[in-house]
Amino acid sequence: MNWAPLLITFKLAFVTTAILLIISVPLAYWMVNTKSRSKPLIETLVSMPLVLPPTVLGFYFLVAFSPGNAFGNWINEWLGLKLVFSFGGLVVASIIYSLPFMVHPIQSGLSILPHSLTEASQVMGKSKWTTLFKVLLPNCKASLLTGIVLAFAHTVGEFGVVLMIGGSIPGRTKVASIAIYDEVEAMNYSAANFYATVLFVITFCILLMVYLINGGYLKRFWK
Amino acid sequence: MIKIDVHKKLRAFDSEMNFHIQCQIKKGELVTLYGESGAGKTSTLRILAGLLKPDKGEITINEASWIDTKNKIFLAPQKRNIGYVFQDYALFPNMSVLQNLEFASGKGQNKKVITELIEMMELGDLQNRKPQTLSGGQQQRVALSRALVRKPDVLLLDEPLAALDYKIRLKLQDYITRIHKEYNLTTILVSHDIGEIMKLSDRVFVLEQGKIVRQGIPSEIFSNQKISGKFKFIGEILKIEPQDVVLIVSVLIQNNVVKVIADKSEMQTLKVGDKVMVASKAFNPILYKIE
Repeated sequence: MNWAPLLITFKLAFVTTAILLIISVPLAYWMVNTKSRSKPLIETLVSMPLVLPPTVLGFYFLVAFSPGNAFGNWINEWLGLKLVFSFGGLVVASIIYSLPFMVHPIQSGLSILPHSLTEASQVMGKSKWTTLFKVLLPNCKASLLTGIVLAFAHTVGEFGVVLMIGGSIPGRTKVASIAIYDEVEAMNYSAANFYATVLFVITFCILLMVYLINGGYLKRFWK
Repeated sequence: MIKIDVHKKLRAFDSEMNFHIQCQIKKGELVTLYGESGAGKTSTLRILAGLLKPDKGEITINEASWIDTKNKIFLAPQKRNIGYVFQDYALFPNMSVLQNLEFASGKGQNKKVITELIEMMELGDLQNRKPQTLSGGQQQRVALSRALVRKPDVLLLDEPLAALDYKIRLKLQDYITRIHKEYNLTTILVSHDIGEIMKLSDRVFVLEQGKIVRQGIPSEIFSNQKISGKFKFIGEILKIEPQDVVLIVSVLIQNNVVKVIADKSEMQTLKVGDKVMVASKAFNPILYKIE
């Protein structure tokens, strides 16, 4: 049995989730606190992947990152990154595609915290960063966990974007969801079933963990 | 000495209010801001703390300028040495009582003050508990202690006792008096409770529509006449019952109901719900309207 598609899938999900976490915390914090007029615009852009067909994103990525045009060429020459039909390209596409799944829970988690917590920390002389990391984030752990898991699970479940920008190159960009499609097309049902079962079981377990943790069931169990 | 002279246009639900507070508070004084909801009491505290920016004006404290819009000075809340007790206490739920106090201390600050506060505010048994497991009065004590960890120049208390029941309130009033004296603080209190104001504060500022309309020592502010009574209590009229030629007035003083006899002419200006002062000259108590 070929494990490569599964390994690529989970590697992609890990890398994407890690980078998303770094991006999303400041972004969500900014969206909660800003009075800027550009906020609705940024919010719209963050939410677009929720409603846009993945193929639309995939198409624009292909166009943008293709070495055939100026931008793609610049990235290729200056940063040495070839984003079309490569793992790097999958990561960039997944980050944008899964962005709302990470940002929205963190944003709502931060926004329900009473504003007096921030103000109390400020009058104690604490900077914005200290306040964010020592006061705000520890008090919305459930939202952080939800964001991390949703982004991870959503990246595992990607199909359209990764197919278009990755091009299904075996061992490099062929993730499990595409492998299933290919195996079914080749009437190789047992291989398709293998990938499908693994994905099903793992994503089920991950989501179950979240509900158990956020619902406080585990704490009760340990006691 | 704190000098305040600030203007701000404040927007309430549907109206605009020209907020203009001008006052001076001496070092070591405990003053109270008194007034209806929306009169600008909390806004005054927030402007002092730097959480709200005035449109123009200045605030100087011990000769240091915190706000001076003419010279474009606005000291961030982090740079003002202030203790602030919020209405909802704002204790950090992720930290224990001790951690809440430790978080408040500055870099390289002596931790002795924390031990001292824990002892003085009787938090020893509670120090490892999380705030949400504490009662309202206990949370309030933690919030008060936490506000003092940095040895602030000014202590701001935003209706700190409003949500507590009467007995605990009395106890906390004692704590406030104690820390105010012990740490030689300048304290600004927002309160609705006339009894509390009489007990705690040196001076009271009465706010209406964003302006100070009266100021003075509490007993003068809250009574129109100068009364040389043997005893005085503040209370609220609960019931007025006619009986023969006199009226029996039930007055709620703190948590006791006291019955006072009054004649009809005395009671013309009084009705149920009025705040009154019950004072005694020689032996018969007389009611004076104060609000």
